[in-house]
Amino acid sequence: MKKFLLAISLLLSAQLAEAVIETYDFDNEEQEQLYYEIISELRCPKCQNQTIADSDASLSRDLRFIVQQKVKAGETKGQILNYMQERYGDFVLYDPPLQPANYILWFSPLIIFLIILVVVVIRVGRRTIDPETGDVKMNDTHSNEKGE
Amino acid sequence: MANKKILITSIPIVIFTALVVVFWFSLGSDPTELPSQRIGKQVPEFNLSNLHNPEEAFTHQDLPKKPFLLNVWATWCVSCHVEHPYLVKFANQYPIPIIGLNYKDVRVDALEYLNKGGDPYLFSIADEDGTLGIDLGVYGAPETFIVDGDGVIHHRYVGVIDERVWNTVILPKVKELDPSLVDVEATQ
Repeated sequence: MKKFLLAISLLLSAQLAEAVIETYDFDNEEQEQLYYEIISELRCPKCQNQTIADSDASLSRDLRFIVQQKVKAGETKGQILNYMQERYGDFVLYDPPLQPANYILWFSPLIIFLIILVVVVIRVGRRTIDPETGDVKMNDTHSNEKGE
Repeated sequence: MANKKILITSIPIVIFTALVVVFWFSLGSDPTELPSQRIGKQVPEFNLSNLHNPEEAFTHQDLPKKPFLLNVWATWCVSCHVEHPYLVKFANQYPIPIIGLNYKDVRVDALEYLNKGGDPYLFSIADEDGTLGIDLGVYGAPETFIVDGDGVIHHRYVGVIDERVWNTVILPKVKELDPSLVDVEATQ
């Protein structure tokens, strides 16, 4: 049993060691939460597919430090994200703002969904069901190509 | 109804062609290259020490009053070691000032490096905490900013400047800003 517990605790500590290291002191819990919220929404410019919370690049460490300083100085989330965006562009924001350059990103899923919806409604609407037998009959001559 | 059949069978072909076009153009672009947010803006204000003399400080007012290059480098940056001999050569060959921004480096290491490899810089700014680097949006040294005589940033090049980059990117852009360079030839 002792061995088992030891093994478990070793495994757990290994997990902890992977998390990002520095611990900052904050004046209150809201600040700390804000800090973690912001660093998990900023993308590391150096290492592309990580947030600065995940990344161990020295640039991410610097940016975390700046976020921490600004949170402690009482800046709002908007101000801090704006500061980063001014320097590194929309790229650093994991939640990019809506603007003409990325309309396709925001609206293409909606447009594709609408197209599918329209096609389904048209095709389903063409069917008639015989009320006596319950048979589905396709009025659409093109949809029963198999029978042709 | 043959028309409709043709239409339906052509959909996959159209989608395939569109994908080929999209992928073809994505092949040419480097996803790690980010557009600079500072183009068309002034070099951010700074007050940082001279790399060669920690007592002396530089501010943005010390920047040259003619078009120049601002080169961000560090001794820990491997690509900067590749770039360095080129910069020394271009600094000797061209009347274009190059300002060094020694980014998050150890002063003695940086000075020893310049002593050994040659110093291509008109002057060197020591950005030990990386504050100016972050204000400039630096994310990977070496980075080179092309700045005009009024301190406005016109272009940023991320990566090593070798002969090809100098001749095709840097020199043409500096020439645009500085008419006195019109007769300067590209390097061989």
